[in-house]
Amino acid sequence: MNTNTSTTAIPQMPRAQGQENTLHFVPTEQFRQRARAALDDPQLRKSFRGAMDFLQGKRAAQFPEADELEALRDLGEAVRQHALARLPELLEQLETKLRANGIEVHWAETADEANHIVHAIARQHAATRVVKGKSMASEEIELNHYLAERGVDCIESDMGEYIVQLAGEKPSHIVMPAIHKTKGDIGHLFEEHIPDTPYTEDVDTLIQTGRRALRRAFVDAQIGLSGVNFAAADTGTLWLVENEGNGRLSTTVPDVHIAIMGMEKVVAKLEHIVPLSSLLTRSATGQPITTYFNLISSPRREGEKDGPRHVHLVLLDNGRGQAYADEQLRATLQCIRCGACMNHCPVYARIGGHAYGTTYPGPIGKIISPHLLGLDATAELPTASSLCGACGEVCPVRIPIPQLLVRLRTEANRDPEESVAHPLRGQGANHSRSEQFIWRFWSGAFAHPRAYRALRWAVTRLRGLAPSQQMGWTQHRTPLKPAPRSLHDLLRERDQPQ
Amino acid sequence: MSLDTTSARSRMLGRLRNHAPAAPATTVEALDASIDAHFAPRRAYTPLALSERIAQFQQMLEAAHAEVIRASTASWAADLAQRLAAAGVRSLLLDTACAEGQALAAALPAAVQARSYARPIEQWKAELFDTVDAGFTVARSGLAATGTLVVAPDANAPRTVSLVPPLHVALIHARTLHADLHAAVAAERWSEGMPTNLVMISGPSKTSDIQQTTAYGAHGPRALWVVIVTDDTGVTSAQPGAAQ
Repeated sequence: MNTNTSTTAIPQMPRAQGQENTLHFVPTEQFRQRARAALDDPQLRKSFRGAMDFLQGKRAAQFPEADELEALRDLGEAVRQHALARLPELLEQLETKLRANGIEVHWAETADEANHIVHAIARQHAATRVVKGKSMASEEIELNHYLAERGVDCIESDMGEYIVQLAGEKPSHIVMPAIHKTKGDIGHLFEEHIPDTPYTEDVDTLIQTGRRALRRAFVDAQIGLSGVNFAAADTGTLWLVENEGNGRLSTTVPDVHIAIMGMEKVVAKLEHIVPLSSLLTRSATGQPITTYFNLISSPRREGEKDGPRHVHLVLLDNGRGQAYADEQLRATLQCIRCGACMNHCPVYARIGGHAYGTTYPGPIGKIISPHLLGLDATAELPTASSLCGACGEVCPVRIPIPQLLVRLRTEANRDPEESVAHPLRGQGANHSRSEQFIWRFWSGAFAHPRAYRALRWAVTRLRGLAPSQQMGWTQHRTPLKPAPRSLHDLLRERDQPQ
Repeated sequence: MSLDTTSARSRMLGRLRNHAPAAPATTVEALDASIDAHFAPRRAYTPLALSERIAQFQQMLEAAHAEVIRASTASWAADLAQRLAAAGVRSLLLDTACAEGQALAAALPAAVQARSYARPIEQWKAELFDTVDAGFTVARSGLAATGTLVVAPDANAPRTVSLVPPLHVALIHARTLHADLHAAVAAERWSEGMPTNLVMISGPSKTSDIQQTTAYGAHGPRALWVVIVTDDTGVTSAQPGAAQ
């Protein structure tokens, strides 16, 4: 492939970025520290508050009729539940249909297996350059890092993903990856990394700079890599949703296309995607439809002049099977990744996406990450919620997110030794013997009148022993102290005839 | 390096099978019926006359920053040729095998060179990216509700024609407009066979990835012109929901 025929000046691709800054997850255990740091960052707070208000307004404007929204949510839920109920069968049907269409299908139980598959395909084609459309599944398995270590460069082509790749960061939102950055941040980033680029805050200029910088990547890459929004088992169709055109370029111009898809995304029929696609674009960015719906059903056929000659689909489990096994937790897999839950979450709006330390932040991240990474690494996440219920109210496929958060808290607090029907990886990560003892003592005292009376007597008489420092409570409030007389005593006195 | 993933496959499917519910809560027939029951009555409230559907299609496209040109069968080619020349287009990629492509090529002034997609992409990739100013395609159909072109690329009008040049010009025959996606999928029987690639296009390429500010021409065409051609015989004769 000749790269020197260009007549326009193309800046040198800043390709080494992904390699120099190996993008590892920050340990999720430090969630509290990161959340506190984010709360103390006024610029970050402002970026997220502005973005959340904007996205909430856009979504609301797309659903002027409450009846239509509720009916569509019912449909979305029904489609996803129907597909999940038949998931093993639909995956086999999808595989059969895709193979008949000429698309190769690979199965990956773990992130490592998925990375291995992509690398093996790259080796088959002696590929050293991959251009990527947006794919959260590839973020989840840390593909860029894996390939970079093996001499294969990945270039993110979604504008937001490109910006965070240049900055050596991770996406802070699943739909708008660079939502935490201001145009000033991006102006400096482009000035530093892209040759002949003066600083500007003009968004049109910045986007044209990004376009120019990435143009060559589409021409030069031997492999295009993308995610998948929906897959139809009946026709063997991969349905990709985007606005920029980088997804179409990545899946059309290179000779090889690899798509990575969480295995839950298949539905029974192409028609079933009609309500889902409407829910997705309206919930995510408040658009009636995105600029491109790109439906891929086969590699380039005989006589066609463009499109990849090899198309691969990697079906990814990576912990999803654990959520599937439990009837209640299975609802987690209904998700269509619109991001509305994070856009409406008071916690996400205040701490931003990076504080979570996981690929998927916000409410959906709190309920999916424990399956991907284990509760031992994520036990604090389900507790980072006031259970206000906003996420469940806006979810286009009616995932009962607050209930699932409570369930995951229960599993994290459960005795690690306790045997349950569907144990979660990391069960009991938050289990505390002293806490359990206190609860047992409490329930014992409240279940036995004699013990309760003794406890009441002791608490009212020994109230002077209440500590004056009560951790977070006394930071802004006076210490808690038991009353000198119990309600029981007061009522008895009142009712006694004078 | 082995690419045999059959053991992962059997483990993944095995685990799913062990835990799958005995039967889905709804049958596929019931689900299909509820989807139809949602979309069909809503369409009944919206204007079904073709002229009104065209107006909706145009309004949605313009809201998405596309330029809409209304023309008749007799006049569109000359009109478009003139606009292309005025916009400074020098190299136009089009399908010379179809009637519309031939008509446009014949109408082009000398300043605009018509090119056909003669070779596979790998033989002229850099040239395609760097020297073509505009691509002309004929849409298979359209969706009025969302202002969407349904484009099914083929050997003569490959996918990159509507994607790589900075200007995409799409012609759509008004009679092919559907009310919405649900109607198009059913009327065109998508489930009976999909082309290699089918694209729905609802405006020029755009992004809001920098501070929620929309900018056009992210990676695909910076501009989209949609030429809506209405039959000279009058638009009211067309059947609602009909496609071609």
